[in-house]
Amino acid sequence: MRVESPLAYIGLAVLFVLILASVVTFIIKKQQGHSLATQGVELDQRIRSWWWMMILLFGCLFLGKLASITLFMFISYLALKEFFSTVPTQHVDRSVLFWAYLSIPLQYYWVYTAWYGMFLVFIPVYVFLLLPFRRVLTQKAEGFTQAMGIIHWGVMLSVFCLSHIAFLLQVDTHSTASSGSSLVLLLLLTTQFNDIAQYICGKTFGKHKIIPQISPNKTWEGFIGGVICTTILTSQLAPLLSPFSFSQSLILGLIISTMGFVGDVVMSAVKRDLGIKDYSQLIPGHGGILDRCDSLIYTAPLFFHYYAYLYY
Amino acid sequence: MKKYLYKLLFFALWMKPLAFILIGLNIVRVGTLPTEGPSVVIANHNSHLDALILMSLYPLHIINQVRPVAAADYFFKNKYLKWFASRCLDIVPIDRHNSKLNETFEICNTALNNGQILLLFPEGSRGNPEELGKIKKGLFYMLKDRADLTRLKIVPVFMYGLGKALPRGEALLVPFNVDVIIGKALVFPQTSKDFVHAIGQTFQDLQSYCLHKGVFQEK
Repeated sequence: MRVESPLAYIGLAVLFVLILASVVTFIIKKQQGHSLATQGVELDQRIRSWWWMMILLFGCLFLGKLASITLFMFISYLALKEFFSTVPTQHVDRSVLFWAYLSIPLQYYWVYTAWYGMFLVFIPVYVFLLLPFRRVLTQKAEGFTQAMGIIHWGVMLSVFCLSHIAFLLQVDTHSTASSGSSLVLLLLLTTQFNDIAQYICGKTFGKHKIIPQISPNKTWEGFIGGVICTTILTSQLAPLLSPFSFSQSLILGLIISTMGFVGDVVMSAVKRDLGIKDYSQLIPGHGGILDRCDSLIYTAPLFFHYYAYLYY
Repeated sequence: MKKYLYKLLFFALWMKPLAFILIGLNIVRVGTLPTEGPSVVIANHNSHLDALILMSLYPLHIINQVRPVAAADYFFKNKYLKWFASRCLDIVPIDRHNSKLNETFEICNTALNNGQILLLFPEGSRGNPEELGKIKKGLFYMLKDRADLTRLKIVPVFMYGLGKALPRGEALLVPFNVDVIIGKALVFPQTSKDFVHAIGQTFQDLQSYCLHKGVFQEK
């Protein structure tokens, strides 16, 4: 497998940022005698987790398509498991949940074989129509409507939406400068950058709350600051990593930043409703997969269809 | 060493990866697990996986010291299960229907005297999924005459989720994340009534640390 050049230099840039972040937190720790902590979570623990996530991501992208698709399949599985563990379920739902898990290998098989039509309709049509029938076979009607609503929503979020990241790997960009994996990098970097930018802007300038009932830490200043920073970064990064022109990149930046925010607060609303703080403890300092990928659930399919509309 | 080879391989190659991939543990450490014997780890019982998951929390170099106390009539009922229970799990087999309780207690006390860590489920059987059953008194009578009661550690662990992943009477394992709350060591009380009450109360208290049952904290 040929190593794509954007992968290498973006990898170096990420490496540089991570080293910088590690050095800065190390110096702060030395000077203050303790590490920076926000909401009880230590900053250096967060950064250590970022190292692992980036090593895993770039490792798989370098290894090639199969390794990368397997990685995203595993992420979908962990996300779905977190979702099913969090929401209320009944004993009779177990068989339905089991079949819901089986949609993951199938969905990623369509991705691997680049079967675009099946990839698009499998979960919204076939799983949607047939999964309730499995529940009918249990012969227990109580809680049926609620269970099917919850289960299908979980499969849509964790499997259908997240699998769009993997399908980007199958996209032919018709150029030598960019490739499927550089589109994946563009999506992941801008989305995660937006999370961080909104967080930092909110911490620094935050005054006016947007939706205090759902997510008390979200402010207008954080949101607008994030939109500006992410749109600037995307307008610079996208022309390097994708066929997008400068003006198309500006719109992409707006899509990523606003929809990343929407994904974030939607997944927060679930947590607030169920009375939990994090989906799991899988990633030290970050919470669970769904805490890390909340905005990605929204940006992945929207990025994909924006690209597909313009270039596919 | 050769005696523990199957146990070591079972946990290294099968149980630990399974606990990470198919189950996924959210571990909350209110106290710490005892790493040397004699000590007793007591947990609520919902699933066959309970003992396996508890054992997989231990590092491989001391896993040979950790032994679950289990019913001989169930685990020794056929030769395959017997081989698995004695070689891979190294259970302390007790006879639930033996009227001479002293014999049963002696087997466990011998293991403790050898400096081992016993896993015990004071509810007795697995019961209904994710429901706390009645705590039994047996453990109190087993331990009460021991000379090292002040040194012996009794550590309670509360688990939530395994009754959803593999409940009693089901053969199909469905992946679920599991909360494992490790409590602080208990002080051995005067009477069996106090003992039962203390265990029941501790399990109730530990429940509140569960990730998926906890209270959302306003920041």
